Amino acid sequence: MTEFFHMGGYAFYVWTSYGVVFLVLLLTFLAPLHRRHKIIALIKSAQTRKEKLARRRT
Amino acid sequence: MIWDFFYKLASPRYFYAITGKWAVWLGWLCLILMVAGLYGGLILAPPDYQQGESYRIIFIHVPSAWMSLFVYVFMAFNAAIGLIWRIKLSEIIARSSAPAGAAFTFLALVTGALWGKPMWGTYWVWDARLTSELILLFLYLGFIALQSAIEDPRQAARASAVLAIAGLVNIPIIHYSVVWWNTLHQGPTITKFDNPSIHTSMLIPLLIMAVAFKLYFFTNLLMRARCEVLLREKDSRWVQELVIEGRISEKTA
Repeated sequence: MTEFFHMGGYAFYVWTSYGVVFLVLLLTFLAPLHRRHKIIALIKSAQTRKEKLARRRT
Repeated sequence: MIWDFFYKLASPRYFYAITGKWAVWLGWLCLILMVAGLYGGLILAPPDYQQGESYRIIFIHVPSAWMSLFVYVFMAFNAAIGLIWRIKLSEIIARSSAPAGAAFTFLALVTGALWGKPMWGTYWVWDARLTSELILLFLYLGFIALQSAIEDPRQAARASAVLAIAGLVNIPIIHYSVVWWNTLHQGPTITKFDNPSIHTSMLIPLLIMAVAFKLYFFTNLLMRARCEVLLREKDSRWVQELVIEGRISEKTA
């Protein structure tokens, strides 16, 4: 197992590469989820604002 | 038949309705293949007879580099369709491709540098392959910057489409750079299909990772395009109804 993590002396290069790749892929995956969350919240707040306005008029 | 399907798919509402499930399936398939590819590449494949264990960077470096080119061509193709036929969905697809494309290009450069240091003795050289790949990153960033600099999405799509199409000239330069110039970057290993200079135990995990990266891209593309559709159609009746009826909320994917 230690041999596996040692990577024949290239541990720094190999594991940094894999680390950077999966970090960037994870962030790129999360970004649209976060954006979707914000867009739906935006639509909802616009709807409640409209409802409030309508109620005030009646 | 197939044209009817594409015709329907070009409607944002229909696109939104059917791609939700696609994204989930593609995402899970991508994850399974990625685990399989990593197992094959990091554990099953033997060390290289020249480069020892350091060559294992190939399983993420080469798929990233392939995808950086594939995504650019895909993006420019969709941008061109949007420019010529004014198809809204093509504009959305082009715009939603760019972030993952830029990420792949960045990763190809970073993993290349981390592979270059132990093998060539340097993180970076101004060799033809590396330099043209760096220009590709700038093209992606330029495309993204141009999109966000112009407020009107249709105008943004038109301006950035021209940039994307002009940048296509860089693609064959990247691909053939190792053949045209005598560079530090090694020549092609895989694409010589008649006689690939790589052993099957290394080739199979590499191809699995390449497919996984491609699925990752399409998953990400669908997720981003769906956001874009929601935002652009936010005042339309079908989006309003979706939100009121609670069929989408902040929490669901």
